[in-house]
Amino acid sequence: HFEQAPMYVAVLTYLSFGVGTIFGYLRDFMRACGLEKCNLAAEREEQKDFVPLYQDFENFYTRNLYMRIRDNWNRPICSVPGPQFDLMERVTDDFNWTFRFTGRTIKDVINMGSYNYLGFAETEANALKTVADVLQNYGTGVCSTRQEMGNLDKHIELENLVARFLDVEAAMVFGMGFATNSMNIPSLVGKGCLILSDELNHTSLVLGARLSGATIRIFKHNNMQSLEKLLTDAIAYGQPRSRRAWKKILILVEGIYSMEGSIVRLPEIVALKKRYKAYLYLDEAHSIGAVGPTGRGVVEYFGMNPEDVDVLMGTFTKSFGAAGGYIAGKKELVDFLRTHSHSAIYATSMCPPVAEQIIRSMKCVMGLDGTTQGLQRVHQLGENTRYFRRRLHEMGFIVYGNDDSPVVPLLLYMPGKIGAFARCMLTKNIGVVVVGFPATPIAESRARFCVSAAHTREMLDTVLNALDELGDFLQLKYSRHSRSSRPELYDETSFELED
Amino acid sequence: MAAAVGMGQQWVLVEMVQAFYEAPAYHLILEGILILWIIRLLFSKTYKLQERSDLTPKEKEELIEEWQPEALVPPVSKDHPALNYSIVSGPPSHKIIVNGKECINFASFNFLGLLDNERVKNAAQASLRKYGVGTCGPRGFYGTFDVHLELEDRLAKFMRTEESIIYSYGFATIASAIPAYSKRGDIVFVDEAACFAIQKGLQASRSNIKLFKHNDTADLEQLLKEQEIEDQKNPRKACVTRRFILVEGLYMNTGDICPLPELIKLKYKYKVRIFLEESLSFGVLGEHGRGVTEHFGINVDDIDLISANMENSLASIGGFCCGRSFVIDHQRLSGQGYCFSASLPPLLAAAAIEALNIMEENPDIFQILREKCKRIHKALQRIPGLIVVGDLFSPALHLQLEEPSGSRENDMKLLKRIVDYCMNRSIALTPARYLEKEEKCLPPPR
Repeated sequence: HFEQAPMYVAVLTYLSFGVGTIFGYLRDFMRACGLEKCNLAAEREEQKDFVPLYQDFENFYTRNLYMRIRDNWNRPICSVPGPQFDLMERVTDDFNWTFRFTGRTIKDVINMGSYNYLGFAETEANALKTVADVLQNYGTGVCSTRQEMGNLDKHIELENLVARFLDVEAAMVFGMGFATNSMNIPSLVGKGCLILSDELNHTSLVLGARLSGATIRIFKHNNMQSLEKLLTDAIAYGQPRSRRAWKKILILVEGIYSMEGSIVRLPEIVALKKRYKAYLYLDEAHSIGAVGPTGRGVVEYFGMNPEDVDVLMGTFTKSFGAAGGYIAGKKELVDFLRTHSHSAIYATSMCPPVAEQIIRSMKCVMGLDGTTQGLQRVHQLGENTRYFRRRLHEMGFIVYGNDDSPVVPLLLYMPGKIGAFARCMLTKNIGVVVVGFPATPIAESRARFCVSAAHTREMLDTVLNALDELGDFLQLKYSRHSRSSRPELYDETSFELED
Repeated sequence: MAAAVGMGQQWVLVEMVQAFYEAPAYHLILEGILILWIIRLLFSKTYKLQERSDLTPKEKEELIEEWQPEALVPPVSKDHPALNYSIVSGPPSHKIIVNGKECINFASFNFLGLLDNERVKNAAQASLRKYGVGTCGPRGFYGTFDVHLELEDRLAKFMRTEESIIYSYGFATIASAIPAYSKRGDIVFVDEAACFAIQKGLQASRSNIKLFKHNDTADLEQLLKEQEIEDQKNPRKACVTRRFILVEGLYMNTGDICPLPELIKLKYKYKVRIFLEESLSFGVLGEHGRGVTEHFGINVDDIDLISANMENSLASIGGFCCGRSFVIDHQRLSGQGYCFSASLPPLLAAAAIEALNIMEENPDIFQILREKCKRIHKALQRIPGLIVVGDLFSPALHLQLEEPSGSRENDMKLLKRIVDYCMNRSIALTPARYLEKEEKCLPPPR
């Protein structure tokens, strides 16, 4: 699934970074001499003799390379982030150092950037009626932690629903998805334990692993041989200096990786984990609601038993149009987290209207509200994903990831094309997300599309036509395996000779 | 041959061959053996000590069979004090329904009473109709809404700083702000009674942490002097090591205020930067609720970073950091809780803006809050057997046992009985929860 680009592309990419760096040094020099105006904020006069807060070389990349294409990120919007949204028009007079709003809005831009997989980011009054009621009844905040006075009946209702949805014994919800990882992994593992984490894990998983104090070893992305070797060596040789046995081994993986679009190889990992008696922590931030025949995530996608995964974690931000995270699993696990999780003791609980939004969207997906709307959304997402990916392959772009994942990264490689791509798409009224270093490897910048169930076929076609044009204009069609759009021509088993 | 080298003359091939013939036989043999030995060493495998103890695959199999990990989680006893939460139905405002019983709420941090305010709710409703609930993306990828920009603007104006930045969760605010500035090798002087979020932020930053006694500026000065002496030993390292003092405005664990004026003097004397965490004091202290800087009349520019969460006085969710643009702008690319997490739901941002409006329009609510705090503080002093921990005008007070029995468990049980007794009389209190094994300096039971 990860096609390599032709060699000349890699060479040109590194060359462009080289040129950018040289110009960066030149500009820094000119700024230091005073030949060029320095637009950066400066330290206070009274504190000029303090130790400098930032080292110059730490910010080199930010100052010189990121600043040139900064207008493609942090674009403010002023409507609901549905399949189409309104952007606030923003111009810069000094090459991206400062921005100014003109006051106009760019209306009905097709949204290929927000994580709105099942289309629950909507403002239809009927759909949001229960949320509005809860808001009126309960207010906006909670002002207390879970263990003290912040445990509302809404939270209990939500937790029972999540446990039912995932078909596990119990679940616990937290106010923020990022914090769910960084506050619960330290309570599950500590010193003397081993964490085996995938190369491309999200920052929250890495932070949680670091805060726990356990030893961390990294295996290559989705590579089962690498993982098996690490497991064998870990159990055979024990802890590094003392050779004592590890207390426990925890494997951290994600359901869908947000920058690659690849789906984890769950059956193989579960087989490995059973053989080596390790524990599995699955972060389904992007995959819950988005894959699987009824939207239950990667566990259902592979047809596996949810009890095989020890800790099921996920967030409600992406598919359910709300905020927050959950951890689900056996009752002992959830009881332990209720008493020992950092979040339950020190952090505020989820606010009631957000909890109600999750309840109503989850009921919709499960079909408990009496309609088949939820199932329709899941199917629509699957269809949209497959159509979009198929057409991109046919056009000849290099696209990473599994064919069923709604996260579609399209490789751009060269830093100059990052800015050009995003700006040209905006002129065509399409909003895309581009990512470069440091979120991706330096030579593999990409544009990432998030397909949504709310996108209609016409919207997808508009986007695909624009991509086609832009691909030719910017020469982005690097793939050497482009599939023809007429596969039936290759299937000829009988050739009729003309007489 | 050695003689020829000593002469430093240019080698001529003929002379070399002549020297070769003239050399004694034993010399040639020795040199030949040496050369052969060197060639053998170059090509033989390196001798690793570990090779001896490498296990055969069969031995590895046996070890894998034998190894038994611990259970993923240790079992939790059924009567663990924190296992059964009290269930609150309805809004957790001043009158709260806990476990079916209606009580007066003395356990939530709803200091200004804005949780149930109609104006705040209406603003949130309007935002709900316009934007829906979630933002479906982090700030960098179309998750920035105009309400976020407006809230940042308003907070910066309210606190009279240049810029502010919003996080979507209160705990993550300070825990992401600290590692953005303080890295491995930097030094942070932090008070002993710092809250857990600060401790996690410091742990994530991997800096050197120096604890000083609670609110004891003399102890802090001592530590700073020691650091100065260290610096003089290694001046090159000293001019790149960043130094920070991290204090809270109103401490959550002890309810008293930090001595900010003295800290500012220390700042300029020893050239350290000050980070102030104002979760409890924002919206409480000061004439207009601007926090501990207004309370002491200090120029807010003297503080490098003020961080607070909006979950206490503003009755919303989330947190913010404010200060000069030079400091705050850095977090937009290196604050982990900002860059890698979805942004604050717009209805909560709209609620916070409306709450700020109310705070600006009625500056006398802060005075009312202070009066009430004083009354309660005085009234609680007269209870025998319990001491009140906290300043006169702190809205968060702890009641601690005057004579602890020495066993934390027994004390906690006694406190729980007190809490239950109060609940039966319609007053909602809560025992303060701490994670016993993780806190650096565990406060006594209260």
